[in-house]
Amino acid sequence: MPISEDVIVVGGGIAGSVAALSAAETGVSVRLISHKKSTLRHASGLIDVLGYTADGSGPLADPYEALDSLPEGHPYRVVGSDAVREGLALFDQIAGDEYLGGHTDTNALVPTHGGAVKPTARYPRAAAGGIASDDRDMLLVGFESMTDFEASLAADHLDAAGVPFDVTGVTVEFPKTFRADAKVTRFAKALDTDEDVGSRGTREALAAAVEPHLDGAERVGFPSLLGDDHRHEVRDDLESYLGAEVFEVPMGPPSLPGLRLEDLLFDALDEAGVGMSTGNKAVGYETDGDALSAVVVDRQGREIPYHADAFVLATGGLVGKGIGSSREGVREPLFDCHVPHPEDRYDWFVDDAFGDHPFAAFGVAPDDRLRPQDADGDAEFANLFAAGGVVGGADVAAEKSASGVSLATGVVAGREAGESA
Amino acid sequence: MSDAQSPPEFDPSAGIDSIDDFEPVQVFDDGMDLRPGADNCYKCTACDTSCPVAEVDDEFPGPKFQGPEQWRLKRKDDVEIDDSIMSCSNCMRCDNACPSSVPLSQMHNEARGEYVENQMDHTSREYIRNRILANYRTLAELGSKVPRITNAVMGNSLVQKINEKVLGITAEREFPEFATQTFREWWRERGGAQVQSDEKRVAYFHGCYSNYNSPEVGKALVRVFEEFGYQVAVPRQRCSGTPMFANGMLDDAERAANVNVPEFKDLIDEGYDVIASCTSCSMSLKQEYPELFQISGIEEVSNHTYESLEYLRIHEDIQERLDGATVDYPDLAYHAPCHARSQGLDRQAVELFRDVDGFEIEDVGSSCSGISGTYGWKTEKYEKSMKIGEDMFDHMHHAKGNVGMTECPTCSSQMEHGTGYEIRHPLQLLEEAVV
Ligand SMILES: Cc1cc2nc3c(=O)[nH]c(=O)nc-3n(C[C@H](O)[C@H](O)[C@H](O)COP(=O)(O)OP(=O)(O)OC[C@H]3O[C@@H](n4cnc5c(N)ncnc54)[C@H](O)[C@@H]3O)c2cc1C
Ligand code: SF4
Ligand code: SF4
Repeated sequence: MPISEDVIVVGGGIAGSVAALSAAETGVSVRLISHKKSTLRHASGLIDVLGYTADGSGPLADPYEALDSLPEGHPYRVVGSDAVREGLALFDQIAGDEYLGGHTDTNALVPTHGGAVKPTARYPRAAAGGIASDDRDMLLVGFESMTDFEASLAADHLDAAGVPFDVTGVTVEFPKTFRADAKVTRFAKALDTDEDVGSRGTREALAAAVEPHLDGAERVGFPSLLGDDHRHEVRDDLESYLGAEVFEVPMGPPSLPGLRLEDLLFDALDEAGVGMSTGNKAVGYETDGDALSAVVVDRQGREIPYHADAFVLATGGLVGKGIGSSREGVREPLFDCHVPHPEDRYDWFVDDAFGDHPFAAFGVAPDDRLRPQDADGDAEFANLFAAGGVVGGADVAAEKSASGVSLATGVVAGREAGESA
Repeated sequence: MSDAQSPPEFDPSAGIDSIDDFEPVQVFDDGMDLRPGADNCYKCTACDTSCPVAEVDDEFPGPKFQGPEQWRLKRKDDVEIDDSIMSCSNCMRCDNACPSSVPLSQMHNEARGEYVENQMDHTSREYIRNRILANYRTLAELGSKVPRITNAVMGNSLVQKINEKVLGITAEREFPEFATQTFREWWRERGGAQVQSDEKRVAYFHGCYSNYNSPEVGKALVRVFEEFGYQVAVPRQRCSGTPMFANGMLDDAERAANVNVPEFKDLIDEGYDVIASCTSCSMSLKQEYPELFQISGIEEVSNHTYESLEYLRIHEDIQERLDGATVDYPDLAYHAPCHARSQGLDRQAVELFRDVDGFEIEDVGSSCSGISGTYGWKTEKYEKSMKIGEDMFDHMHHAKGNVGMTECPTCSSQMEHGTGYEIRHPLQLLEEAVV
């Protein structure tokens, strides 16, 4: 069996990447298998640990203090607060100086593109200038062609949220005219390569368009499209033209900060010598007694077994397609692990669209080593561990805990897999 | 819920069978019905953010429009296909990005075919140019008959200027040189297969490039596979169709497929698997053939086709063979071609050679090289092609070595064009290591 490793991780999002790194730290050989690009391309790039309690109170200043208030069976309760810290420590190692927030346990408040203030544990360096606890006056800049960010509306919202600074918004024309539905990547590329517009570069021309509106503001926020590979250089240039700090406001999907985070994770995996096979879907498995011996990967029609001693399931939640549902019920499609859910389909959700929906917390039910359990509470397989969105028990969207749950369960599942391999 | 996080798309009350194994492409009597694929699009725009053309081209609306949106528009009788479809380079990056498995590249191929068939003036300069570029093999076959003369003529700057003026083929690029002996001539001269085996048999799809331009790749493949005990066959074959798909010349591609499929199908019946050294060729036989054509045996050919290194990794313990090996080789800046990426092969060369001593191999990142087969040869696309490639050139310059490596012959010429580096194929390194 030529394709064989000590540990195989299925899923290439935050959870899978962190599990693979954590497994590699135990000294075993690791391969990560991922079908598609992960949901990181849609994510804001912020690393939330816990912003609100399960009953909706918050924003929380200290996420650790609130861990005990979470319902039993919540992944944080299963792995404990040490695992949350370890997950963040591993993240800090991966992100290096690309992310900030590691200097304190408390949440930072980061303005979002809608003008809300979001409690988050780690934020990209590019977003640092926008922190809401800072009292310097702020100018937000939107572009006519980019309807997702209404700068003056966002400014009004921030103002109404009671931020301790003056904030105004202005809409200007981007110095290069693109087609009406141009992609964020097009804007980023123009700034990255400082494309020529008339007699000067895009960066200088953009600064010139913003300058007249500065009115004493000491920091200027743009939607997150300020370059990709050369993002720090783009911000530095804008800062020197404007004489003010420049930052990015995290945007909705598709999101450049999410893409950049994907690159950071990829580099770390590469550095750690983790094997990666992407683009093909895991569709089945082979067993040896009560343990898994291989996952079967579909390579354009051919089913190829990938053998390992231990496995991590990190295929994501409902959005990442790690959990599926049909009229018959809810299940985990790859290993057919049990997913606890109410018998009656009409009990999966409540009438209020933003209410406390049971489906939001659907996922596999892990034992204390993060092994998915069957309906009787026994491990589905002796050597299968789960991490991230596929693990049930947390309403990560309401709690603002998605990345934190992926990090904490990722380190634990990866280590368990590495140690049992 | 703050707006950095959009509400879940999931509506449990809808009861959609989201996990049932449901095939987006269903073949009906009247051709393809891509409707279910189009319906799967939930407009997340992940495809758009991974499109290298949309990143540099202000006119290009992106894969979401070219695929599901155009498909819907097309259902109305009076709506023509938007000419922007000709700007899609068929790199297939969008396929890989879509979380809903919308068959984007297939939709693009079909739309492009329809556009070229019905909306393009078949006497136009563009059409003729595209036809010439797409049928590279015909040119190559002629050219390789008198390689030295052809090389001299094609390398002549006057000829290049004429190509540019008359045909719209950029004068910025040097034509790839023809080898003085083609791979097939070499193969005949050496007397065909040197190893006989009933169990281990591979049929080599060499494609145009390793036959006419870089036979050293084909030779390396033969020597490596024979070293592992394989009986190699080299059947009659035509172009894999990749450049034809990208230019909407589906009829030309189908004609070629009608030669390739039966030739390889016969060998499969004799216990052979099909291997290719070019990742676009293996992509075409594996995925595009069954998506676009109905030819007897096409599924078998698809199911038995592998990229050559992929094949060895599945069937041989090649990693073990390489572990601890020392090879005297220059340091390498490796670029994974887009079509390797969409087959899940983008990491294999780096992983395979990482632990071999004597040189360093460095992945130069995930950007597209920008040439995309014939795309970068077109005068109007040249600048865009170089702009897409900029990232890769940049990373190559920063990598340790001054020699490049890739599996795709056109990426290879773009790498060489943008950096002046010499470019090799992983099979050549493998040959060095194991033969
Ligand atoms: C729109 C959006 C906004 C978000 N915003 C934030 C935010 O502001 N803050 C925050 O902290 N978090 C946010 N998140 C959440 C976060 O980005 C991750 O989605 C979350 O941590 C879950 O990660 P994961 O690794 O478990 O799963 P995913 O990221 O969903 O990854 C799952 C991976 O598994 C692969 N996979 C699935 N099935 C298979 C299979 N059978 N074979 C092979 N591979 C398979 C998928 O292709 C994918 O790569 C957001 C998510 C979304 C969707
Ligand atoms: S195939 Fe490539 S160029 Fe064409 S739309 Fe998709 S990503 Fe863009
Ligand atoms: S990635 Fe897929 S689902 Fe998303 S917009 Fe593109 S085609 Fe639609």
